[in-house]
Amino acid sequence: MSQWKNFSKGFIKENPVFVLLLGMCPTLGVTSSAINGLGMGLATAFVLVMSNIVVSLVKNIIPEKVRIPSFIVIIAAFVTVVQLAMQAYLPSLYKSLGLFIPLIVVNCIVLGRAEAFASKNNLVSSAIDGLGIGLGFSFALVLLGGIREILGSGKIFDITIYPENYVTLLFVLSPGAFIVLGYLIALINRIKKN
Amino acid sequence: MAKRESTFINMVVTLLLVTGIAAASLGYVYELTKGPIAEAKLKAQQEAITKVLPEFDKLGNSYKDLKESGGDSLEFFPAYKNGELVGTAIKTYTKKGFSGFISIMVGIDINGNFSGFEVLEHAETPGLGSKMNAWFKNTEKPNQNIIGKNPKSTKFKVSKDGGDIDAITASTITSRAFLDALNRAYNSYKKEE
Repeated sequence: MSQWKNFSKGFIKENPVFVLLLGMCPTLGVTSSAINGLGMGLATAFVLVMSNIVVSLVKNIIPEKVRIPSFIVIIAAFVTVVQLAMQAYLPSLYKSLGLFIPLIVVNCIVLGRAEAFASKNNLVSSAIDGLGIGLGFSFALVLLGGIREILGSGKIFDITIYPENYVTLLFVLSPGAFIVLGYLIALINRIKKN
Repeated sequence: MAKRESTFINMVVTLLLVTGIAAASLGYVYELTKGPIAEAKLKAQQEAITKVLPEFDKLGNSYKDLKESGGDSLEFFPAYKNGELVGTAIKTYTKKGFSGFISIMVGIDINGNFSGFEVLEHAETPGLGSKMNAWFKNTEKPNQNIIGKNPKSTKFKVSKDGGDIDAITASTITSRAFLDALNRAYNSYKKEE
């Protein structure tokens, strides 16, 4: 597989949200606005790239039976780094994502890529795989968050598009997340078919 | 290179090394970010105080009210202009929000009226309860606006409960919680006086 394919598969073909359906909890939870989706997506992408790199480096010295706990510790360490850095330099974003950052540890996309890809491939491929999947995840979250924000609060990235009196509040609430996600998955399946 | 075998010694040593290295690097990052995090928190607090109080040039020493029941104490920040007290900012809280804890900075001027407020922390529903920071400041709707009022002359309860304040549409629980936090600050302020 060429490196470009390795990178681009995360956007449509193996998109973690629309195709693999992994990491649904943060996906549905944080996407009440586009900016939250972007912040969460990029934080996850960073963790994915870093953990993929480290896992591919240490894959041969970790005994088979303790690989999962070792991977989780590595992932948790990077998540804590992201959390501390965000708290220090982006306090307002940290305020709106707060609860979901520690949950990246148990996001199955991250462990899934470590286990399915990074523990079997070399450093460069693993890093590119992490970046592709991470950006694909961000793309999905921004799309979902953007649609919900436009329909539910009449804004996109906090820029007002139409007055608040005409919004459908349902879309920023939890049911809206499921509805928008369902339609997006249908759309992606349609695109993939052609 | 072949995979290491899963012998007992190998497994113990690996886990020990992995956790040890992770702990050491996290300690390092924590030390690096400790300063900026404290600074960011302090800055957010200072900004909130400036927003909720009338103009001031000096902030007195903050003190805590330990008598108020309910566990956590409220923090008071007296503000002075030309040596005279112009108001007190109070960091208050409630646990009755739709999603639990809400923390609010409120300002009370020397006449005992609310001079402003700023929601510091909350987890209310986006699009509903999260509107509280703008709703209760809306100067065009006198029944929503709480600025310039005080619980002595105005009933600080939502109109549904027989009070004088209009609740946020479809967010009565958040509105009740909000007023609960304000009442707590006011009662504690009166006691301190």
